[in-house]
Amino acid sequence: MSAVRTSRDASPGRRLGHAVIIVLASVFLGVFLLLPLASVFVEAFRQGVHAYLVSLHQPEALAAIRLTLLVAAIAVPLNLVFGIAAAWAMTRFEFRGKAALGALIDLPFSVSPVISGLVYVLLFGAQGWFGPWLAAHGVKIIFAVPGLVLATIFITLPFVARELIPLMQAQGSEEEEAARVLGANGWQMFLRVTLPNIRWALLYGVLLCNARAMGEFGAVSVVSGHIRGLTTTMPLEVEMRYNEYDYVGAFAIASLLALLALLTLAVKTFLEWRYSDEIAAHAPGGH
Amino acid sequence: MRPAATEIPMTLVLDRLTRRFADFAALDDVSLQMAPGEFLALLGPSGSGKTTLLRILAGLDYPDGGVVMQGDQDFLAASARERNVGLVFQHYALFRHLTVRENVAFGLRVRPRRRRPSRAQIREQVERLLKRVQLEELGDRYPSQLSGGQRQRVALARALAVEPELLLLDEPFGALDAQVRITLRRWLRELHEELQLTTVFVTHDQEEALELADRIAVMNRGRIEQVGTPQAVYQDPATPFVCEFIGRTNRIPLARHAQGWGAGAWPLMTDPWDGRYRHGVAYVRPEHLTLSVPDGQPAWEARLRHVYLAGSVAHLDLYVGDIDLALEADVASEDLGRLGLQPGAVLRVAPNRLVAFPFDDDHGNRAVIRDRWTWRPPDRR
Repeated sequence: MSAVRTSRDASPGRRLGHAVIIVLASVFLGVFLLLPLASVFVEAFRQGVHAYLVSLHQPEALAAIRLTLLVAAIAVPLNLVFGIAAAWAMTRFEFRGKAALGALIDLPFSVSPVISGLVYVLLFGAQGWFGPWLAAHGVKIIFAVPGLVLATIFITLPFVARELIPLMQAQGSEEEEAARVLGANGWQMFLRVTLPNIRWALLYGVLLCNARAMGEFGAVSVVSGHIRGLTTTMPLEVEMRYNEYDYVGAFAIASLLALLALLTLAVKTFLEWRYSDEIAAHAPGGH
Repeated sequence: MRPAATEIPMTLVLDRLTRRFADFAALDDVSLQMAPGEFLALLGPSGSGKTTLLRILAGLDYPDGGVVMQGDQDFLAASARERNVGLVFQHYALFRHLTVRENVAFGLRVRPRRRRPSRAQIREQVERLLKRVQLEELGDRYPSQLSGGQRQRVALARALAVEPELLLLDEPFGALDAQVRITLRRWLRELHEELQLTTVFVTHDQEEALELADRIAVMNRGRIEQVGTPQAVYQDPATPFVCEFIGRTNRIPLARHAQGWGAGAWPLMTDPWDGRYRHGVAYVRPEHLTLSVPDGQPAWEARLRHVYLAGSVAHLDLYVGDIDLALEADVASEDLGRLGLQPGAVLRVAPNRLVAFPFDDDHGNRAVIRDRWTWRPPDRR
């Protein structure tokens, strides 16, 4: 995070060493991060601004954008609620199986996204455990929007909880206890004491959660079925267009995702700079 | 004794409270009464259960057994928010995102609408409290912008804002430096005299308890060892733990000899226990040692090893070779010269007051508390 600091009495040799490391790191970042990012925009605008706008205006593109926003709009609030509940349970209660719950929250990080998607196919797909029953009742989950939402929820489940747990652990429960003794009910305690204390960390977690929800490819790809205009989210639309040699179209949508990433990065950096003491240090994907 | 109307604050009766955590008993059969307006100290080392007791009174923890009654009402049946208790945490637990004024107003603002005072009334009440704790200038500051002593006073004002019947303070001066601590202590005592609010405070600092409290409950390992006025606890300790925990003391092994009990060249011609025990221990305060016993009377020959001058009092480090025992004695600094107290001098030393406990030989040398014996010389001037 912090810049390399040269100590005052560093010898010229050591200073040279520092410079070499800094240059190496910069070159590495340039080649592996900045160059690909720039190429996304270069490719998107290769045939001019007009072609770019046209490709974004196609009905499939608009449908993909709408679907991505819809999935995120369902998955992120649900994981916000789950994240707060899980963090509360982990930091305010003592119960059997607490360590297991902590490990379980991390599961989506350690499992390959493709597996996460496959699990839902196995459960809810036509040949899955609940498939026949669901089909009999006319409920479609796999190759439909509910499947996309479920897979996205699974993938983004840890972000909010993992951000809040260390912070709430560090803050302790004394302020909440003080509120209770002063006569606050549970809801007042949460709204007036807990929430203000975790608000920036919560925003930070939601931000990361949202970025992942909109950008997720693997799990979503398995449950989507790639039905154009119906079950393709933006990342899936990018892949399909690319496979169809529609490079401008693919990179146009990719550029939107890249912009989302840049915006996320900017807000995240701002939050880290402004409220570093109110955001837990060891966030998932945080540093 | 018990007032009939429920409006009048009533004695709080704690009866046989127990609280177990995973592998130790935080409270073990604790019974205690608190009279209205009393200033009670729970004094004990860390882990003695005093904070657990305070949290139970605040409604933040519940005992595994026992009851707390207020008049004929079950105090424990009420939840924390219904108890009308003021609690000041050791580290204050101020709401960090609220200003001083908002912190103090919190308890009034969260009341249900029909019991909530108007905005103007709340504002007025908050200003009055800030004035009382001498912080009227700092109402718009945030807790992080205050010193420890100021935070402590905000926490107190916040607790007082809900007009509690019972004020609970957890190590109220624990996190403050010595100078601020003494000032705040006096100020708290004055405040208590003014408000006449039943107050319980937890402390591990005996000096604090002795100076502030009307009564002290000395706790050890989840049990109350002794309850009494500061004077009683200091002058007349009930158990070996109280002897050793409150004030400084000399621990002197005793043994029975042919005529009675004693230690080395200082025999007593009596046996308070009629031959039932063979060993025991005596506790003698540093100020209860006579340093110039006339010849002919029983006394130890003690060599003065060191004199520590501590302002008006001097602490003497004595050594009795006869029974291989180091003793601590206090004298007024101005008497040092008169008594000829130079390091290396040999003094004739004897206790003029002591508390003794016999050991139960059958049970691994445990002190028998019920056979406590206090002794003073019969011919004391």
